[in-house]
Amino acid sequence: MGSRPEAVAPPEIFYDDDTARKYTSNSRNIQIQTSMTERALELLNLPKDGVPKLLLDIGCGSGLSGEVITESGHHWVGLDIAPSMLDIALDREVEGDLLLGDMGQGLGLRFGMFDGAIGISTIQWLCNADKSFHNPHLRLKAFFTSLYKCLTNGARAVFQVYPENDDQRELLSSPAMKAGFSGGIVVDYKDSPKKRKEYLFLVCGQEVPLPLPEGRTEDNDDSGSETNKTVHVLDRRRPWKIQKNNKSEKGREWIKRKKEQMRRRGDDVPPDTKYTGRKRKNHF
Amino acid sequence: MGLLTHNMLSSNIRGVVNGFPLRIEAVKVVEKNVEMNTDFLKNMFEKIDWKAFVEASISMGYTELPKEADSSLLDSDDFLNRFHHALLELHLEEGALVCPETRRRFPVSKGIPHMLLHEDEV
Repeated sequence: MGSRPEAVAPPEIFYDDDTARKYTSNSRNIQIQTSMTERALELLNLPKDGVPKLLLDIGCGSGLSGEVITESGHHWVGLDIAPSMLDIALDREVEGDLLLGDMGQGLGLRFGMFDGAIGISTIQWLCNADKSFHNPHLRLKAFFTSLYKCLTNGARAVFQVYPENDDQRELLSSPAMKAGFSGGIVVDYKDSPKKRKEYLFLVCGQEVPLPLPEGRTEDNDDSGSETNKTVHVLDRRRPWKIQKNNKSEKGREWIKRKKEQMRRRGDDVPPDTKYTGRKRKNHF
Repeated sequence: MGLLTHNMLSSNIRGVVNGFPLRIEAVKVVEKNVEMNTDFLKNMFEKIDWKAFVEASISMGYTELPKEADSSLLDSDDFLNRFHHALLELHLEEGALVCPETRRRFPVSKGIPHMLLHEDEV
């Protein structure tokens, strides 16, 4: 995978005129971006009734992904934070409308307008705190909450991501679940380190979560078979339920451990005796 | 930026209750040719806030739209042509969008609205 651009600099600085131009003229990059967009559109599973839909392209950049949407016959609106990338999109005369904005500030879009949303290599940028007043959790929350609002009921959103580890996967997906989406992560080519691609797959406003689409594998490029399930399913979190379970485990061992922790912190803790953690009698 | 996008945008500043619709200050308006698709127009008609749409088209210098519209008009080709023209072919190239509550200006240059907020507006 090489170096991660989001580890180098904030997006509006990383994608300066020079990088933006290189990014858009590199044929290998174009090919990768195009194939990922095609896959994302496939996962969106728009009704094939010939009616153009309105899609949102988060982090549209120079419009590589937008062109794929145009080719498949849909209208789109693109949002990006890097002015240099948008300049290139203008030069390339893309069909969609462009907005300069920061997804972490929430999308200022009206309710129920879009039939779907995609983001190619976009939302991992939200995991970084690039400015002193940035808080990744709040920015992700603002983004997913506003995204949920602007999608129509039953619409899907697909984000191609490169999570560094499970923690980042959780960081990205848990605010989406809290915002009301259901879904999970679809992994394509999970056994190939080079071709492996992950997509955060979200469905808006479905009471019963849909089964996740299956990931692609080497031997089965178009449709996965039973043996090739490569998805993680994320449930909506129910903190109150988890808490209830924890209560029963607060026995003697738990108290001892906590007391040990407090001692290490230097607090004044009574010594452990045979009475520690013993249940009080019903009457004094 | 076309009027379709304008009809979706609202001001996202913290504390603003109703940031829609953004008022258009037009300096330069351009027209682009877009192929017409009746199904798409019919689909969008239900989502469009008509009052805001008419006001926006007037501030862009296009006054051919009826003040009130309901879905029965969608059978008229003449109406569809006007609707299509205003929705997709009129583009605000230079100017600004103004938040109705705070009067904050979002400049539009080269057709791109700059919706970035300052630190204290988030």
